[in-house]
Amino acid sequence: MSGNPYQPFPVKITKIVSESDVEFTMTVDASLDMVPGQFFQISLPKIGEAPISISNYGKNWLQFTIRAVGRLTGAIQSLRVGENLFIRGPYGHGFPVEKLANSNLIIVAGGSGAAPVRPLVSQIVAGTLPVKSLKLITGFKSKESILFTEDIQSWKQKCDMTLTIDKPQEGWNGDTGLVTEHIRRLKLDLPDDYQVIVVGPPVMMKFATAEFRLLGVPVDNVWVSFERLMSCGLGKCGHCKIDSTYICVDGPVMNLSHASTLID
Amino acid sequence: MSAYDYSREEFAAVFAELQKTYQIYGPKRFVGRGRFSDTDLVRYAPLASLDELELAEKSSLSPKSLVFPADETIFHFNDHEFSQPQLKENGEIIVLLRPCDINGIARLDKMFLENGGQADPYYQRRRQRLHFFMIECRESFENCFCVSMKSNTTDNYEVALRFAGDRVAAQIKDQRYEGLFGQKGRAGSFSPEFVSENDKQVELPTVETMPAEMFNHKMWEEYDSRCIACGRCNTSCVTCSCFSTVDLFYADSRQCGERRRVWDGCHLDGFSDMAGGHSFRKNKGERMRFKAFHKIYDFRKRFGFDMCVGCGRCDDVCPEYISFSSCINKLSRTLKGGSDK
Repeated sequence: MSGNPYQPFPVKITKIVSESDVEFTMTVDASLDMVPGQFFQISLPKIGEAPISISNYGKNWLQFTIRAVGRLTGAIQSLRVGENLFIRGPYGHGFPVEKLANSNLIIVAGGSGAAPVRPLVSQIVAGTLPVKSLKLITGFKSKESILFTEDIQSWKQKCDMTLTIDKPQEGWNGDTGLVTEHIRRLKLDLPDDYQVIVVGPPVMMKFATAEFRLLGVPVDNVWVSFERLMSCGLGKCGHCKIDSTYICVDGPVMNLSHASTLID
Repeated sequence: MSAYDYSREEFAAVFAELQKTYQIYGPKRFVGRGRFSDTDLVRYAPLASLDELELAEKSSLSPKSLVFPADETIFHFNDHEFSQPQLKENGEIIVLLRPCDINGIARLDKMFLENGGQADPYYQRRRQRLHFFMIECRESFENCFCVSMKSNTTDNYEVALRFAGDRVAAQIKDQRYEGLFGQKGRAGSFSPEFVSENDKQVELPTVETMPAEMFNHKMWEEYDSRCIACGRCNTSCVTCSCFSTVDLFYADSRQCGERRRVWDGCHLDGFSDMAGGHSFRKNKGERMRFKAFHKIYDFRKRFGFDMCVGCGRCDDVCPEYISFSSCINKLSRTLKGGSDK
C-alpha cells in the first residue's frame, strides 16, 4: 500500500504565537506545494484528526491558525516548539489564483475566516501575486478576538483596508459594525470589474455575498470558502457532502454561483 | 460461457473443492441471534459448507462489510509514527450474493475507488480479492423494490447459480472455474433469470435540479418525530459508505494505539458537528431528506445512476416502521404537485 493517502507525516513545530484567548498560530517545517485556500488534515496520535486551513506558508514552512475549542485543538495547543505535529495534505481547491491575478480584488474575512485568506493577502502585498487593486475588509467580534495583529498593521500600509469590530468597545477607536455595513458603503463604479472573496461563518457569508450582489457584482465573480466536518479530506467519508458536492475535493473554495445552490 | 447441472450433493462437492482455494462467504443463519427473542439473524459470514448457505430469507446486513468493515484499523501508532497494518488474511474470497448487492458494491466502488480522484487503499485491497458468484433471484422478499431501481439485473459476476430444491445449475462466465465446474457436472443450458416485478414499486423523481423548496418541505416533518436517529437504515444499507475516524490507545501502553475508521451515518447525532458548535441538520426530518436525496437524486447527478438499489433492508430494520419506498413515492408525488400524504 504505497502512497497511502491517509498516512499522516510528522512535521516539527518551530514557532507558536498566541493570537487571542483561544486562537494560536503554529509554524511547522514543511516544503510542499500548495495554494492559498487549501487545507490539511492535522492529527495527533491518540486524539484524532481534523481539517485546518493553511494560514500562511513559505518555501519550507507552513502555518496553521487554530481555535482551541475541541479535544484535538486543545491538545495541539499544549504542544511546544520542537515537538511534532502530524499532517497530511494539502487538500481541496484553493482560491482561483489565475482569475485573481491582475484583478480589482475585494476580500472580506470574518473572524477565523481571516486565516485562509491570509496567505493570499500576504502574496498580494508582497507583490508575488500582482493585482490591480485590493480592498480588504476584516471583521472580528471584539478587539480581543482580532487575529494577525502584526500582519494587519503592515497590510494597512499597503492596501485599502478596513478593520472592524462588531460593536463599539472601550479602548477601541477604529471602525465598528458588521462587515456587511462596510460592504454597503463601498463605491464600485464598474462592479463587473471586481473579483470578490468572502470567508467567514455561514451567516456572515450569506449576508456579505448578498450585499455584493446588491452592489452589482456578478455572481460568477464572487468566491466563498466553506467549512464542514471532514474525516478524510479525500471525498470518501461523506461528512462534508452537500447535494452532489463534496466540500473537501470540490471546495472548500467555490464560486458563489454554485455555492449559493447548496442546502445542507 | 458454459452451463452445468448438478444434484445438490454433486454441487456440495464443487463447493468443497472451491474451498481449497477460496474462502466462501454467503448469507448464513445464526440461530437465536435475531433482534427479538427466538428469532434468528441472517448475515454474511464464511460458510463451512454448502448447507450453511441461507437462501430462504434476506440477510439483514449486506455483504458490504467484506469491503468496508464496520470497524477497521487503518494505522497503528506510537507517539512518533503511524504504520499501516497488514490484512491478517489476504486470500481470495468467493462471495455468493444477489444482483441488488452486486450493484450495491458497484456503488461503493464509485465512492471508494473513484470519488475525489484517489482510490481508497483499504477498500481496494479488500475489494480486489472478491469474486462474485451471483445467486439467481427470481422472486422478491418483503420490502424489495430492486426493479424500480433497475438493480434487479447485472452481468457483473463470474459464476451464476440457481438453487432449486435438490438441483443446482451454474453458468460459468470466467474460464478459470471451467475445469472444476465441468468435471463434476453435466452440460446444461442454464442462464439466470432476474426478478421482473416486486410487490413494492417506487416512482423516482425525474427532476435534474431539486427545487429549493423541497429541501424544507413540510413532507419531511413526519420524520422529525418518527425517526429516533438509531442509524439502522445506514448500517443495513449496502450503499451507505460514510465513516468517521477515531483514535484509541491501549490501557497498558498508553503511547501506543490504533487509528480506526468506523461506520458513521447521516441519521446519527453528531454526524455534521464541527468543533466550536456549528452543526447541520439537527432535525431528523432533515436527515431523512439528506439521505433520500443522496440515494435517489444527488448521487445520480455525480455518477450517472441512482445510489439506492432497492434491497429494502432499511425498511426491514427500522424500529419505527419508516418506509423508504413510501418516502420516495411521497417525494415524487409532491414534486408533481400532488399530495404529500
